Amino acid sequence: MNGDAHDRAGVGGLAVVRSLAQALLTHVANLPLTILLLVSLALVPLGVGLVLLPPVLLAVRGLTNQQRRWALDWSGVEIPVPYRPRPAEASTAAGGAAGEAARKATRVARWTATVRWLLRDPASWRDMLWTATNSVTGLVLGGLPAALVVYGLEGVLVMPWMPDLRTFGWGPFWPLGDYGLAGSAGCALLGSLMALLGWRYGPPIMRAYALVNRSMLGPPRGRLEERVRELTETRSETVDASAAELRRIERDLHDGAQARLVALSMHIGLAEQLVRDDPDAAVRLLAEAREASGTALTELRGLVRGIHPPVLAERGLDGGVRALALALPMPVEVTVDVPGRAAPPVESAAYFAVAEMLANAAKHADAERAWVEVRHNGSALVMIVGDDGRGGADPARGGGMLGIGRRLAAFDGTMAVASPEGGPTVVTMELPCALSSPKT
Amino acid sequence: MRVVIAEDLALLRDGLIRLLSAYGFEVVEAVDNGPSLKRALLEHRPDVAVVDVRLPPTFTDEGLRAALDARREIPGLPVLVLSQHVEQLYSRELLSDSSGGIGYLLKDRVSDVKQFVEAVRRVADGGTALDPDVVSQLLTRRSRDEPLKALTPREREVLELMAEGRSNAAIAGKLFVTDKAVTKHTANIFAKLGLPVSEDDNRRVLAVLAYLHA
Repeated sequence: MNGDAHDRAGVGGLAVVRSLAQALLTHVANLPLTILLLVSLALVPLGVGLVLLPPVLLAVRGLTNQQRRWALDWSGVEIPVPYRPRPAEASTAAGGAAGEAARKATRVARWTATVRWLLRDPASWRDMLWTATNSVTGLVLGGLPAALVVYGLEGVLVMPWMPDLRTFGWGPFWPLGDYGLAGSAGCALLGSLMALLGWRYGPPIMRAYALVNRSMLGPPRGRLEERVRELTETRSETVDASAAELRRIERDLHDGAQARLVALSMHIGLAEQLVRDDPDAAVRLLAEAREASGTALTELRGLVRGIHPPVLAERGLDGGVRALALALPMPVEVTVDVPGRAAPPVESAAYFAVAEMLANAAKHADAERAWVEVRHNGSALVMIVGDDGRGGADPARGGGMLGIGRRLAAFDGTMAVASPEGGPTVVTMELPCALSSPKT
Repeated sequence: MRVVIAEDLALLRDGLIRLLSAYGFEVVEAVDNGPSLKRALLEHRPDVAVVDVRLPPTFTDEGLRAALDARREIPGLPVLVLSQHVEQLYSRELLSDSSGGIGYLLKDRVSDVKQFVEAVRRVADGGTALDPDVVSQLLTRRSRDEPLKALTPREREVLELMAEGRSNAAIAGKLFVTDKAVTKHTANIFAKLGLPVSEDDNRRVLAVLAYLHA
């Protein structure tokens, strides 16, 4: 016997033991958990289910994590854990009688947060499906090597010597009944074949079982690949856009404010020289210098508006959008319902998106009136900009709309344009984001 | 005349103190944040306050809010708001109580010292000083309005100066025409816009601004 064969025999033996463990675990855990899951799901409408579900789901996670460990340790199949991270818990520090009520409220809030966390995770639902199907696959596929070996050994070691038992028959395909010596030989032959099969192919069968588990317990692969492609694309677009934007700012500063400040200091320097000999000329130069500083300030103001509008910094999206609406030559109805503030980059993207759509309505659509609605739907900022203009806007033709689409995409945002010839135009944009609590 | 100044940049704050003192104002307190501003306004009840919109601690519109709060407690408290940028949104809020004594100017305007000091005096007297940038924004927004389109170029000029808060006499001086000519223009403007005529300069300005902000 050479080393390789010896190893295989060893691993084969291990695989049989492991297969046995798998079959036992499946038997004890999967069926009860499946039943518990079904019961809690059925009781959700009554509310009781919401209390039952979290512990059951967490128990399921314990089981699936065990399966992930075994898949790695036994078959070298890595199954990444797909669960979303548990949200951070809000800490509370209240004491006394008021503290009791507060603690109770906190417990309830914590429980709701847990339920939401578990139920919103698609992995939980895939876990449930696995729990049900594995009641079968865990026994049939996971327990196969052990079943082959045990049943085979029974055929070899028990059946030939205890003919009485054969009344019930033995054999995988046809029951070998009481056929005398031929029957005994058949049992021994078939049994040893089966045992060998289980022994020899135990490891690959366990590996196949691990792969089946990976397809259900790992993160869905196709979606990840799609996501990576999408992120690569939007990232490169974002990088390009921000580089172009920085170049534009650099050019504007270089040719504008910077040049004017140079002229300004020259004027002041000249005036300094002239102030004794020719006070009139000095005053003229100083007046010019003041004018140049005013122009430089106006240019800087325009530039700042393009980078981050001050009103947005001061009043948030609500004030920013209202200020935008006031700057247009037509009536714009504004509804903003955003309880709290989004992260600054998101706010900025939202502001510029609304600004572009409103500017389009005023410039290209020849609209008589327009309306803006901004609200938060729990997971995303929704911005709807509509006008009664001539329509026919098409983001595919490039220009500002396309740029906005890209800018939103950098935040996983979306844009939908409905603009038939003759109008009206309605642009719906979404930016996924969380809100910070409103300023108190 | 007693002034309270609120400006967080030390350089600008000192500049404002020096400038206003040189023109005979008495700077009773100069503060650098929103909460102290509110306290100073209520404590000193100055003849006029010169306030920066953006102040610590939040660096948002702290100064504007403090000024508006103080005006709720002391109606008509004259406040001149300074900012690096001007917004119709803010001018609308400042003028909403239509009691006058309001100024809203770009910080750049301080460089024209004479005009700036004149604006501070006007606000202290219960008048209005609105930045030309705000006025032009207001007029752009209403550019499609029929009544405004009906104005002659000269009447439009007069309207702009009136919206900035200037008295008829000041407008006459600026346009090099007689007071009577300006009175005639204003009468025409008020007729075309359908506003009630008033003899009082301040009330006339507020009526025009209310019309433009509508």
